[in-house]
Amino acid sequence: MAVEFPIGIYIALASALFGIGAVGFLIRRNALIQLMSIELMLNAVNVSLVAFNRAHPETQAGQVFAFFVIAVAAAEAAVGLAIVISLYRLKQTVETDSADELRY
Amino acid sequence: MSTPNMVLLIVSGLLALGGALGTVAANRPLRAAVALLVNIVALSGIFLSLHAQFLAMVQLIVYAGAVVVLFVFVIMMVGATEKVPRTLRGLTPRTLSLVLMSLVALMLVFGVVYVAMPAQDLPEDYGTVMGLGAVLFTQAALPFEMVSITLTVAIVGALAVGRGRTPKEAEAAKAAEAARQLEGAERLAEERRISAEVSAHGGH
Repeated sequence: MAVEFPIGIYIALASALFGIGAVGFLIRRNALIQLMSIELMLNAVNVSLVAFNRAHPETQAGQVFAFFVIAVAAAEAAVGLAIVISLYRLKQTVETDSADELRY
Repeated sequence: MSTPNMVLLIVSGLLALGGALGTVAANRPLRAAVALLVNIVALSGIFLSLHAQFLAMVQLIVYAGAVVVLFVFVIMMVGATEKVPRTLRGLTPRTLSLVLMSLVALMLVFGVVYVAMPAQDLPEDYGTVMGLGAVLFTQAALPFEMVSITLTVAIVGALAVGRGRTPKEAEAAKAAEAARQLEGAERLAEERRISAEVSAHGGH
Protein backbone atom coordinates (compact mmCIF):
# COMPACT_ATOMS: atom_id res chain seq x y z
CA MET A 1 0.00 0.00 0.00
CA ALA A 2 1.76 3.11 -1.24
CA VAL A 3 0.22 5.81 0.91
CA GLU A 4 1.84 9.18 0.70
CA PHE A 5 2.63 11.19 3.80
CA PRO A 6 2.37 14.92 2.90
CA ILE A 7 5.27 16.13 5.02
CA GLY A 8 5.58 19.22 2.81
CA ILE A 9 2.31 20.64 4.14
CA TYR A 10 3.55 20.34 7.72
CA ILE A 11 6.91 21.90 6.99
CA ALA A 12 5.28 24.70 5.01
CA LEU A 13 2.92 25.35 7.92
CA ALA A 14 5.86 25.38 10.35
CA SER A 15 7.76 27.79 8.10
CA ALA A 16 4.77 30.13 7.87
CA LEU A 17 4.27 30.08 11.65
CA PHE A 18 7.97 30.70 12.24
CA GLY A 19 7.92 33.59 9.76
CA ILE A 20 4.91 35.17 11.46
CA GLY A 21 6.59 34.83 14.85
CA ALA A 22 9.86 36.32 13.59
CA VAL A 23 8.06 39.26 11.96
CA GLY A 24 6.14 39.84 15.18
CA PHE A 25 9.33 39.84 17.21
CA LEU A 26 11.01 42.28 14.83
CA ILE A 27 8.26 44.84 14.27
CA ARG A 28 6.36 44.91 17.56
CA ARG A 29 7.69 47.06 20.38
CA ASN A 30 5.58 45.63 23.22
CA ALA A 31 7.73 43.28 25.30
CA LEU A 32 4.78 40.99 26.07
CA ILE A 33 3.88 40.54 22.41
CA GLN A 34 7.54 39.99 21.58
CA LEU A 35 7.64 37.17 24.16
CA MET A 36 4.49 35.69 22.62
CA SER A 37 6.17 35.84 19.19
CA ILE A 38 9.08 33.85 20.62
CA GLU A 39 6.58 31.23 21.80
CA LEU A 40 5.14 31.14 18.26
CA MET A 41 8.57 30.45 16.82
CA LEU A 42 9.31 27.68 19.33
CA ASN A 43 5.95 26.08 18.56
CA ALA A 44 6.66 26.19 14.82
CA VAL A 45 9.93 24.35 15.37
CA ASN A 46 8.04 21.74 17.40
CA VAL A 47 5.65 21.13 14.50
CA SER A 48 8.53 20.45 12.12
CA LEU A 49 10.25 18.14 14.64
CA VAL A 50 7.12 16.04 15.15
CA ALA A 51 6.40 15.96 11.40
CA PHE A 52 9.90 14.70 10.56
CA ASN A 53 9.56 12.13 13.31
CA ARG A 54 6.30 10.96 11.71
CA ALA A 55 8.15 10.52 8.41
CA HIS A 56 10.81 8.35 10.10
CA PRO A 57 8.93 6.58 12.89
CA GLU A 58 11.57 3.94 13.75
CA THR A 59 12.62 6.00 16.78
CA GLN A 60 10.71 8.64 18.74
CA ALA A 61 13.67 10.99 19.06
CA GLY A 62 11.87 13.90 17.38
CA GLN A 63 8.98 13.77 19.81
CA VAL A 64 11.34 13.57 22.78
CA PHE A 65 13.16 16.60 21.39
CA ALA A 66 9.87 18.48 21.05
CA PHE A 67 9.09 17.57 24.67
CA PHE A 68 12.35 19.16 25.81
CA VAL A 69 11.67 22.23 23.68
CA ILE A 70 8.31 22.64 25.43
CA ALA A 71 9.98 22.38 28.85
CA VAL A 72 12.66 24.93 27.99
CA ALA A 73 10.04 27.26 26.47
CA ALA A 74 8.13 27.19 29.76
CA ALA A 75 11.31 28.16 31.65
CA GLU A 76 12.00 30.92 29.14
CA ALA A 77 8.49 32.32 29.53
CA ALA A 78 8.84 32.43 33.33
CA VAL A 79 12.17 34.27 33.27
CA GLY A 80 11.10 36.56 30.42
CA LEU A 81 7.91 37.60 32.19
CA ALA A 82 9.88 38.30 35.39
CA ILE A 83 12.14 40.59 33.38
CA VAL A 84 9.08 42.31 31.88
CA ILE A 85 7.70 42.92 35.37
CA SER A 86 10.93 44.48 36.59
CA LEU A 87 11.08 46.59 33.43
CA TYR A 88 7.56 47.77 34.21
CA ARG A 89 8.56 48.62 37.80
CA LEU A 90 11.46 50.66 36.51
CA LYS A 91 9.85 52.46 33.57
CA GLN A 92 6.07 52.17 34.12
CA THR A 93 5.77 50.79 30.59
CA VAL A 94 6.54 47.56 28.76
CA GLU A 95 7.57 49.19 25.49
CA THR A 96 11.07 48.04 24.62
CA ASP A 97 11.80 51.47 23.10
CA SER A 98 11.91 52.83 26.67
CA ALA A 99 14.78 50.51 27.64
CA ASP A 100 17.58 51.89 25.51
CA GLU A 101 20.25 53.00 28.00
CA LEU A 102 22.76 50.49 26.64
CA ARG A 103 22.40 51.78 23.07
CA TYR A 104 24.37 54.95 23.52
CA MET B 1 -2.78 9.84 4.88
CA SER B 2 -6.34 9.11 5.93
CA THR B 3 -9.14 11.56 5.23
CA PRO B 4 -10.00 12.42 8.87
CA ASN B 5 -6.36 13.23 9.52
CA MET B 6 -6.27 15.42 6.43
CA VAL B 7 -9.38 17.32 7.56
CA LEU B 8 -7.91 17.72 11.05
CA LEU B 9 -4.67 19.00 9.54
CA ILE B 10 -6.37 21.56 7.30
CA VAL B 11 -8.75 22.88 9.97
CA SER B 12 -6.07 23.11 12.68
CA GLY B 13 -3.55 24.51 10.24
CA LEU B 14 -5.83 27.37 9.24
CA LEU B 15 -6.70 28.03 12.90
CA ALA B 16 -3.01 28.01 13.83
CA LEU B 17 -2.15 30.49 11.09
CA GLY B 18 -5.07 32.73 12.08
CA GLY B 19 -4.08 32.59 15.75
CA ALA B 20 -0.46 33.44 14.93
CA LEU B 21 -1.49 36.41 12.77
CA GLY B 22 -3.86 37.57 15.50
CA THR B 23 -1.09 37.37 18.11
CA VAL B 24 1.28 39.47 16.04
CA ALA B 25 -1.28 42.01 14.80
CA ALA B 26 -3.27 42.50 18.02
CA ASN B 27 -3.58 46.03 19.35
CA ARG B 28 -3.92 45.00 22.97
CA PRO B 29 -1.79 42.39 24.76
CA LEU B 30 -4.85 40.57 26.13
CA ARG B 31 -6.20 39.96 22.62
CA ALA B 32 -2.77 38.75 21.60
CA ALA B 33 -2.84 36.27 24.50
CA VAL B 34 -6.25 34.94 23.43
CA ALA B 35 -5.04 34.57 19.83
CA LEU B 36 -1.97 32.73 21.15
CA LEU B 37 -4.33 30.38 22.98
CA VAL B 38 -6.17 29.65 19.71
CA ASN B 39 -2.85 28.98 18.02
CA ILE B 40 -1.74 26.59 20.77
CA VAL B 41 -4.97 24.59 20.80
CA ALA B 42 -4.79 24.31 17.00
CA LEU B 43 -1.20 23.10 17.22
CA SER B 44 -2.31 20.40 19.62
CA GLY B 45 -4.75 19.29 16.88
CA ILE B 46 -1.86 19.19 14.43
CA PHE B 47 0.10 16.97 16.83
CA LEU B 48 -2.93 14.67 17.00
CA SER B 49 -2.98 14.39 13.21
CA LEU B 50 0.68 13.29 13.44
CA HIS B 51 -0.11 10.48 15.93
CA ALA B 52 1.64 12.34 18.75
CA GLN B 53 -1.09 11.99 21.36
CA PHE B 54 1.16 12.49 24.38
CA LEU B 55 2.70 15.66 22.96
CA ALA B 56 -0.76 17.01 22.13
CA MET B 57 -1.74 16.63 25.79
CA VAL B 58 1.55 18.13 27.02
CA GLN B 59 1.04 21.06 24.64
CA LEU B 60 -2.41 21.72 26.09
CA ILE B 61 -1.34 21.35 29.72
CA VAL B 62 1.93 23.26 29.59
CA TYR B 63 1.11 25.97 27.06
CA ALA B 64 -2.63 26.54 27.38
CA GLY B 65 -2.65 25.72 31.08
CA ALA B 66 0.54 27.37 32.30
CA VAL B 67 2.25 29.69 29.83
CA VAL B 68 -0.82 31.52 28.53
CA VAL B 69 -2.21 31.88 32.06
CA LEU B 70 1.14 33.34 33.16
CA PHE B 71 0.96 35.80 30.27
CA VAL B 72 -2.57 36.82 31.24
CA PHE B 73 -1.47 37.31 34.89
CA VAL B 74 1.35 39.61 33.81
CA ILE B 75 -0.93 41.52 31.42
CA MET B 76 -3.35 42.09 34.28
CA MET B 77 -0.47 43.29 36.49
CA VAL B 78 0.94 45.81 34.05
CA GLY B 79 -2.41 47.12 32.89
CA ALA B 80 -4.48 45.43 30.21
CA THR B 81 -5.64 48.57 28.45
CA GLU B 82 -2.36 50.41 28.34
CA LYS B 83 -2.52 52.36 25.10
CA VAL B 84 0.74 53.39 23.54
CA PRO B 85 0.88 56.03 20.82
CA ARG B 86 2.22 54.59 17.61
CA THR B 87 5.65 55.91 16.82
CA LEU B 88 7.52 56.11 13.57
CA ARG B 89 10.73 55.25 15.37
CA GLY B 90 12.80 52.71 13.48
CA LEU B 91 10.39 52.63 10.58
CA THR B 92 13.00 51.71 7.97
CA PRO B 93 14.54 48.72 9.78
CA ARG B 94 11.10 47.49 10.77
CA THR B 95 9.76 47.64 7.20
CA LEU B 96 12.95 46.04 5.91
CA SER B 97 12.76 43.20 8.44
CA LEU B 98 9.07 42.65 7.64
CA VAL B 99 9.74 42.38 3.90
CA LEU B 100 12.86 40.21 4.21
CA MET B 101 11.40 37.81 6.78
CA SER B 102 8.19 37.45 4.74
CA LEU B 103 10.26 36.67 1.65
CA VAL B 104 12.28 34.02 3.50
CA ALA B 105 9.15 32.41 4.92
CA LEU B 106 7.33 32.46 1.55
CA MET B 107 10.31 30.89 -0.22
CA LEU B 108 10.45 28.16 2.42
CA VAL B 109 6.70 27.55 2.17
CA PHE B 110 6.60 27.27 -1.61
CA GLY B 111 9.81 25.30 -1.68
CA VAL B 112 8.54 22.43 0.42
CA VAL B 113 4.76 22.41 0.21
CA TYR B 114 4.49 19.74 -2.53
CA VAL B 115 7.02 17.35 -1.04
CA ALA B 116 5.58 14.00 0.02
CA MET B 117 7.20 10.91 1.41
CA PRO B 118 6.06 7.30 1.36
CA ALA B 119 4.13 6.66 4.56
CA GLN B 120 5.74 4.13 6.88
CA ASP B 121 3.98 1.82 9.24
CA LEU B 122 3.92 3.10 12.79
CA PRO B 123 5.24 1.05 15.70
CA GLU B 124 2.65 -0.14 18.19
CA ASP B 125 3.46 2.41 20.92
CA TYR B 126 4.26 5.38 18.65
CA GLY B 127 3.49 8.66 20.40
CA THR B 128 1.70 7.13 23.37
CA VAL B 129 2.54 7.84 26.98
CA MET B 130 4.07 4.38 27.25
CA GLY B 131 6.24 4.65 24.14
CA LEU B 132 7.49 8.15 24.83
CA GLY B 133 7.96 7.41 28.54
CA ALA B 134 10.12 4.39 27.73
CA VAL B 135 12.35 6.53 25.50
CA LEU B 136 12.45 9.37 28.04
CA PHE B 137 13.58 7.17 30.91
CA THR B 138 16.07 5.04 28.98
CA GLN B 139 17.76 6.95 26.15
CA ALA B 140 17.00 10.49 27.39
CA ALA B 141 17.23 10.01 31.15
CA LEU B 142 20.14 12.45 31.66
CA PRO B 143 18.61 15.29 29.57
CA PHE B 144 15.35 14.72 31.40
CA GLU B 145 17.04 15.28 34.77
CA MET B 146 18.84 18.31 33.37
CA VAL B 147 15.49 19.78 32.33
CA SER B 148 14.34 19.53 35.93
CA ILE B 149 17.44 21.44 37.03
CA THR B 150 16.79 24.03 34.32
CA LEU B 151 13.23 24.51 35.51
CA THR B 152 14.36 24.89 39.14
CA VAL B 153 16.96 27.45 38.14
CA ALA B 154 14.33 29.28 36.07
CA ILE B 155 11.95 29.41 39.04
CA VAL B 156 14.66 30.77 41.37
CA GLY B 157 15.80 33.22 38.69
CA ALA B 158 12.26 34.44 38.04
CA LEU B 159 11.75 34.97 41.78
CA ALA B 160 15.03 36.84 42.11
CA VAL B 161 14.43 39.05 39.08
CA GLY B 162 10.76 39.76 39.67
CA ARG B 163 10.90 40.16 43.45
CA GLY B 164 11.43 43.90 43.65
CA ARG B 165 12.73 45.69 46.74
CA THR B 166 11.46 45.39 50.28
CA PRO B 167 10.73 48.77 51.96
CA LYS B 168 13.99 48.48 53.91
CA GLU B 169 16.02 47.82 50.77
CA ALA B 170 14.26 50.64 48.92
CA GLU B 171 15.21 53.06 51.70
CA ALA B 172 18.81 51.86 51.65
CA ALA B 173 18.94 52.27 47.87
CA LYS B 174 17.51 55.78 48.14
CA ALA B 175 20.10 56.72 50.77
CA ALA B 176 22.92 55.30 48.66
CA GLU B 177 21.69 57.23 45.62
CA ALA B 178 21.53 60.48 47.63
CA ALA B 179 25.05 59.88 48.98
CA ARG B 180 26.32 59.25 45.46
CA GLN B 181 24.80 62.51 44.23
CA LEU B 182 26.23 64.44 47.16
CA GLU B 183 29.68 62.98 46.50
CA GLY B 184 29.38 63.87 42.82
CA ALA B 185 28.50 67.47 43.70
CA GLU B 186 31.45 67.68 46.10
CA ARG B 187 33.85 66.36 43.51
CA LEU B 188 32.52 68.84 40.96
CA ALA B 189 33.07 71.74 43.38
CA GLU B 190 36.59 70.51 44.12
CA GLU B 191 37.42 70.33 40.43
CA ARG B 192 36.00 73.81 39.85
CA ARG B 193 38.13 75.16 42.70
CA ILE B 194 41.30 73.58 41.31
CA SER B 195 40.68 74.81 37.79
CA ALA B 196 39.95 78.30 39.10
CA GLU B 197 43.20 78.21 41.04
CA VAL B 198 45.11 77.05 37.98
CA SER B 199 43.69 79.76 35.77
CA ALA B 200 44.34 82.36 38.52
CA HIS B 201 48.04 81.46 38.42
CA GLY B 202 48.22 81.96 34.68
CA GLY B 203 47.75 78.33 33.68
CA HIS B 204 51.35 77.20 34.51
